[in-house]
Amino acid sequence: MPTKVLVAKPGLDGHDRGAKIVARALRDAGMEVVYTGLHQTPEMIVTAAVQEDVDVIGVSILSGAHMTVFPRIMRLLEERGVDDICVVGGGVIQEDDVPKLKALGVRAVFDADATTKDLIDGIERIVMEFGRASKRSGAAAGGSS
Amino acid sequence: MDLRVHRDLARGITAIENGYASFADAAATLPARENGRQAFVVGVTGPPGAGKSTLVDRLIEKFRAAGETVAVVAVDPSSPFTHGAVLGDRVRMQRHSGDTGVFIRSMASRESGGGLAPSTHDAVALAARAGFEVIIVETVGVGQVELEVVAVADVVVVVTVPALGDSVQTIKAGLTEIADLFIVNMADRPGANRTAVDLKHMVRESRRDIAVLQTVASDGTGIDDVMLALASARASESTNAERAVRFEVVRNIRDAAVRRALAVLDDAQGRSVLERLRAGELTRSEAREELLVYALPEVINAD
Repeated sequence: MPTKVLVAKPGLDGHDRGAKIVARALRDAGMEVVYTGLHQTPEMIVTAAVQEDVDVIGVSILSGAHMTVFPRIMRLLEERGVDDICVVGGGVIQEDDVPKLKALGVRAVFDADATTKDLIDGIERIVMEFGRASKRSGAAAGGSS
Repeated sequence: MDLRVHRDLARGITAIENGYASFADAAATLPARENGRQAFVVGVTGPPGAGKSTLVDRLIEKFRAAGETVAVVAVDPSSPFTHGAVLGDRVRMQRHSGDTGVFIRSMASRESGGGLAPSTHDAVALAARAGFEVIIVETVGVGQVELEVVAVADVVVVVTVPALGDSVQTIKAGLTEIADLFIVNMADRPGANRTAVDLKHMVRESRRDIAVLQTVASDGTGIDDVMLALASARASESTNAERAVRFEVVRNIRDAAVRRALAVLDDAQGRSVLERLRAGELTRSEAREELLVYALPEVINAD
């Protein structure tokens, strides 16, 4: 089954060309991409992720607010009882912060040098490794890819 | 509405969509519907870019103001080449994000060609089971023949925009035949009255009692009239049941025939016919005839 990804753009920065390129690249890799537009709050992102029941939330953030946004997303997911949606990030994120984000449970951080292929491969690997398909599908696990 | 219901409904839809649970299994995870009233299912269809999502956003607002819970199932197209999809209908409905009385789910159309996704019917039924009072189904942007929404909605709203064509477009078959309500959106643009008049003529000639309304969904103009028309359709126990069943029977038989045909083309006898075609032992029409008789003998012989 196609991997479903939420491409989320939190905060006030008004720049979503990169997020749209990512959305399209993931689409062309056969994924189902929910695109929600600019200016998302962590609450909006988590609500959309829960309702859409995505495999992965991809957060694009250029404004430097990542150490505020990611902890809130992770906390909200936990509050909602969601333990099987993977979170990844990309954009402008300082190297020093990457280990801190990983400690929060963010599965991967893609820096500005990452190609769309890096992104696709990374997401596919994360879904394979941590995704819910195997947990959810139980007896029918063979049917999901 | 309890956020846990949102999560369980979302998971139920995924399970059905990806084929790892039956409808009954998915429904069993949800609390039984409390009020005895049936959900009211509104279908919204029309060409790409006509403003369907923006209109749906307005309808959510009005139904919520009237105290009703609303689920939206919005379908966007899957690529026939990569199976990927970009699902962008939520963008227009963001402001309802914090409202637990609103549930919005996007679906990729996957292999379905009728304007909905293969599991849209089940998603709607599941949302009804979860207790949502109004369910709005937004189709992919359609052309003239993607009519699947008629099989799922109580009321079908066809949204169009000014100047998509002359009055001949309004007498063509297909989309115009399934409308219970026409909306000419972007009615602040030139040609809106002309488009509305053409539709009204068509409606009068077909002797159906269908309203033709004009809206500007982006600023809310005309939405109150849409709500009145929907309320009257809801009260009148619309006649959509027969139409829906007819449509579904035709579709199911067609789908079954397609499955049979694909199976035949794939089995030994089918492959041998294709092999002989490739080798030049059969002409195209001979090969076609042989496969048809093999796939659907009762139908072909009757013809």
